[in-house]
Amino acid sequence: MLSAVFVREMRLAVRRPAQALSGLLFFVLVGSLFPLALGPDTALLRQIAPGVVWVAALLALLLGQHRLFEADLADGALEQWALAATPLWLLVGMKVAAQWLLAAVPLLLAAPLLGWQYGMGAEAMAVLLAALALGTPSLSLLAALGAALTLGLRGQLLLALVVLPLSIPVLIFGSHAVTQASLGLSAAPALNLLGACLCLALLATPWAIAQALRLALE
Amino acid sequence: MERTAWTDLSLAVSGWGCVRNGRVLLRELSFELGPGQLLVLKGRNGAGKSTLLRSLAGLMPWRAGRLSWAGQTLQPNAAPYQQQLAYLSHQAGMNDALTALENLRFALALHGQAWNAVHVAQTLATLGLQDLASRPFGRLSQGQRRRLGLARVVLGNRPLWLLDEPDNALDDEGSACLAAILAAHCAVGGLAIVATHRGLALPDDGMRTLDLSRPARAGAAQEAAC
Repeated sequence: MLSAVFVREMRLAVRRPAQALSGLLFFVLVGSLFPLALGPDTALLRQIAPGVVWVAALLALLLGQHRLFEADLADGALEQWALAATPLWLLVGMKVAAQWLLAAVPLLLAAPLLGWQYGMGAEAMAVLLAALALGTPSLSLLAALGAALTLGLRGQLLLALVVLPLSIPVLIFGSHAVTQASLGLSAAPALNLLGACLCLALLATPWAIAQALRLALE
Repeated sequence: MERTAWTDLSLAVSGWGCVRNGRVLLRELSFELGPGQLLVLKGRNGAGKSTLLRSLAGLMPWRAGRLSWAGQTLQPNAAPYQQQLAYLSHQAGMNDALTALENLRFALALHGQAWNAVHVAQTLATLGLQDLASRPFGRLSQGQRRRLGLARVVLGNRPLWLLDEPDNALDDEGSACLAAILAAHCAVGGLAIVATHRGLALPDDGMRTLDLSRPARAGAAQEAAC
């Protein structure tokens, strides 16, 4: 059953690849603009790299997320999800997992490309990837929560207003981990906190998304 | 077609009331359905047919009343009850970018039904959809979408059907198909509540009509034998 949700999301992404790829393009472009604009000051670039990469990743993940449940609401599919034999929160969790694979894994693959532009060391790069791998699932879940809460409302701004404050802890711990690593310090505490954020998001958000979707159906 | 037969299922609704956008839409509505019985909802536009179906499916809140299913009083949004019903709204609940067959396969997985290729082919043939199965859902006509929605309801194999204007956009042949499907569903002991403007080409026995456009009288039985 859960694999059916997964297969469906993958099929839809293959049929409409632009949506999945726009986030990746945004991530690479925004990340590349900073070195071009700031000039070849290696020390400065290395200093701002963690923050820039994390902000670019956060915005890239939010891009287009307001459309996450829109089509399902418009064509009546959400009603069928609510009546399904599997609990709604599990179905939604699976959908978000598929969306994370589609949106965040390409970012992970492209992150070294950005790291090189900022002259990141190998150690910092490894921590960046680990931090992104731990942090982006939380961001995907939060974005889906925002999408469910603002479902049926016009405009993307509201989603950003809902999600951005909630994603601040992930942003802080994520960029802090990379900064620590580039200074030669241990990144473990920040990574642990990212993991704790992920546990919290996994526990609370699927249920909250399901409730928000039921409200949107009324 | 091998179908499970249902026995001693019943749906009883009493004192049902719904509020929509601050307006009392349904008040003191009561009816009972036994196995193999069909209730036809009639009423002018805005009388609350869709609202009643949605609230019975547990998809929107109800203000008053009791619902009992198979002798048990429960909430319409309780999972054990929701898993007994198939709901067809104005949309078929299918994605435009996927083919008819892919949509159907996913819908059946959602219903917790195993994919039985023979059974599916039979049902699609009954509804005249066999040649359209590999076409994207977005390319189908309104009537064909309606038929595919009906195919989902049939294959979902659930005892209680809540159909919101299933004859919308159907041609004469499609309406005959719909009547045959409903008759087959009732013959195996299934229950159905169907909102329609056009009336169903069905024998009158076992079919009852509930007219929602009549002024509500508190406590008065609103149902009448057809």
